Amino acid sequence: MLKLLRQSPLSARIGMGIVLLNCLVAIFAPLIAPYGETSVVGDVWESFCGQFYFGTDHIGRDLFTRMVFGARNTIVLAFITTILSFGFGSFLGFIAAVKGGWVDQIISRIIDIIMAFPTLIFALMILSVLGSSIPTLIFTIALLDSTRVYRLSRAVAMDIEVMEFVEAARLRGEGLWWIIRHEILPNAMPPLVAEFGLRFCFVFLFIASLSFLGLGLQPPLADWGGMVKENAGAITFGIYTPLIPAAAIAFLTVGVNLIVDWFLHLSSGLHE
Amino acid sequence: MNNLIEIKNLYIEGFYEEEWHPIVSDISLELKRGEVLGLIGESGAGKSTIGLASMGYARQGCRITSGSINLEGIELFDATEEDLRLVRGSKIAYVAQSAAASFNPSHHVIKQYAEAPVHHGLMKYKEAEEEAIEIYRRLFLPTPEKIGYRYPHELSGGQLQRAMVAMAMSCKPDIIVFDEPTTALDVTTQIEVLAAVKEITEKMNKAALYITHDLAVVAQVAHRIMVLRNGRLVEEGETRTLIKKPKEKYTRELLNVRALRETKAITDKMDVILEIEDVAATYTGHENVLEDINLVVRKGRTVALVGESGSGKSTLARVITGLLPAIHGSITFLGKKLPGSLKKRKKEDLRRMQMIYQMPDTALNPKQTVREVIGRPLQFYFGIRGQKAKDRIKDLLRKIELDPDIYIDRLTTELSGGEKQRICIARALAAEPDLIICDEVTSALDQLVAEGILDLLQDLQNKTDMAYLFITHDLATVKAIADKIVIMLEGKIIEQGEKKKVLAPPYHEYTDKLLASVPEMDPDWLDNLLDERASTFI
Repeated sequence: MLKLLRQSPLSARIGMGIVLLNCLVAIFAPLIAPYGETSVVGDVWESFCGQFYFGTDHIGRDLFTRMVFGARNTIVLAFITTILSFGFGSFLGFIAAVKGGWVDQIISRIIDIIMAFPTLIFALMILSVLGSSIPTLIFTIALLDSTRVYRLSRAVAMDIEVMEFVEAARLRGEGLWWIIRHEILPNAMPPLVAEFGLRFCFVFLFIASLSFLGLGLQPPLADWGGMVKENAGAITFGIYTPLIPAAAIAFLTVGVNLIVDWFLHLSSGLHE
Repeated sequence: MNNLIEIKNLYIEGFYEEEWHPIVSDISLELKRGEVLGLIGESGAGKSTIGLASMGYARQGCRITSGSINLEGIELFDATEEDLRLVRGSKIAYVAQSAAASFNPSHHVIKQYAEAPVHHGLMKYKEAEEEAIEIYRRLFLPTPEKIGYRYPHELSGGQLQRAMVAMAMSCKPDIIVFDEPTTALDVTTQIEVLAAVKEITEKMNKAALYITHDLAVVAQVAHRIMVLRNGRLVEEGETRTLIKKPKEKYTRELLNVRALRETKAITDKMDVILEIEDVAATYTGHENVLEDINLVVRKGRTVALVGESGSGKSTLARVITGLLPAIHGSITFLGKKLPGSLKKRKKEDLRRMQMIYQMPDTALNPKQTVREVIGRPLQFYFGIRGQKAKDRIKDLLRKIELDPDIYIDRLTTELSGGEKQRICIARALAAEPDLIICDEVTSALDQLVAEGILDLLQDLQNKTDMAYLFITHDLATVKAIADKIVIMLEGKIIEQGEKKKVLAPPYHEYTDKLLASVPEMDPDWLDNLLDERASTFI
């Protein structure tokens, strides 16, 4: 593992640096932040100064503090959600591909039905029925995202499933789990990992949209997507405030994707 | 007579692993009018590279580094693209291995014939059409007046390959390069194409380079043969002399492939490993792809299942292994009736029947190492793990003649085709089976590599008394290894019996056709066969 890290290209190292930095900030948020997450400390939309590194937001809270706590909420939330959606989606996708027949039919049709609804409307529906709490938020987004993951992993697994090494495993008498775990999963990793990088970023944006509609992370909790929305009005006055959380999202997205690229490169066996 | 083409001291390099490596070294050849030169060797011998170089062309990632290619007085080595373009097609033409991939599927065959001569300004479209029909006639295509107005998919593989040969003739080149033109074809259609090649070179007085890996095929058409290995010349000589008195060991090996092995007698007293009675199977539910299959495989013996593609031989393997349950009939394995479906079979029964596949590339998981591949059946069937498993894996690797210390931790993608197939054999052996079903195990491999695999299988059978059910379309392989032959056609067994009975007169009609189509290592074989067939038609 260490050897692998040492051989990593510059782009991947930059990516790892970015992700590591974000994680450290998220973990040590209370130590880094100069003020409390929700305390109003200054005037509305104050500009950058020694006291407020990134200025203040639309109700006068320190933006730097909000960014630091926002990292915590946003990254953890997006990460858990993506992991859940991948676990759930690829699990079902693999089963559908390997089992085939009516199992595949039933799962696929249910997924089709969920996909038939526009995601935002479906999310709004669930959240307004169940109320917006962090667990329901995670669950809802993971569920909606997993339909895409299901589609991808089923397609990938079907390509692998027809290979003779899978047939050889069946003839040996191997069970479903062993085939999925040892024959399908290692070969399905490259496209799934690429998708993971993308989905991780989409989850951010989705949480932001929900926050805008008032059903995402509830104020006064800080999250980057929400902060862009809250401060969006400042743009019309030529104030940079909303660009800072937006830049943070972009920064992390790029970092994650740099690592994903490297990983893809490794697992696809391309060495050029 | 002057040489049409003279290649002197040709060196070609290929770029891989970040470096230029020589792939063709110091090759010289010349061709006279009316002469056919055969280039023969395994894959990677550089035959195709030389064929393309004779047109002044190097594949992507290759470069011609030195030497001279003199085509009727024009030096191609340092010619400009424009000069090369003028020469190609009009003086020298190329016939590729897969005609199906070389035709545009959405134009009539004859239109594609006319394209080059009209474009070069040699003739009008109408004239080109007339010429095409004439050439189709000479290449023995059926209904030559009409066949050109069909689309490529409406022609059979052999017809398409001949239409491709005709197309190469369209600008009246003096030299034609045939690059494995019959490799993708069945034995019965291969003959049609060989006859066409002979017609062109002998009656139309053209020169040709004939590239192939099959010595028996090249012996039918070539006057001289060059044997190549790793980009170097091994031996060159007149066809007859080379076949009768090969000087080099490598040539002798090529000649000796498919050497007959000792046939073992089969008696009724021997233990029955597998008995198939009255089996029928279907994919769709109403049309049977297999019918009335009755078959017995005995201990320590090899049963060869022969037939063209589509005859149902692989389907039978699926029925035996339980992937496709039979709709009626019974399969008795080691004295017990097996349930039709794989899921209902016992682990012990699965262990004792193993399978080896045609394509070793897809039969091995690319993400696993040799240790994992061979170790899994050991763990799964016998519960062997750890050091014990490692010793056993090394033991198995020695049995398949691979060095355990080198290969045990390699990924399966880091092996050659022949090595992969050996690993597949080791995986089957690890289960200590009584029966191995071999589905075309040698057809994706080079001749000598395939020979090695057959030797290994034979050797293992002698040591362990396993039975083989050997599925193949290649009669040469069958002749070499079978003790008993089962011939299938359209889902039915049309003949079966001990090898010497099936392969001796009186033949079954279809068996006779199959047998007669396999080229023999005799330069007169094709001529005799064509004469014989011509006389029966009249």
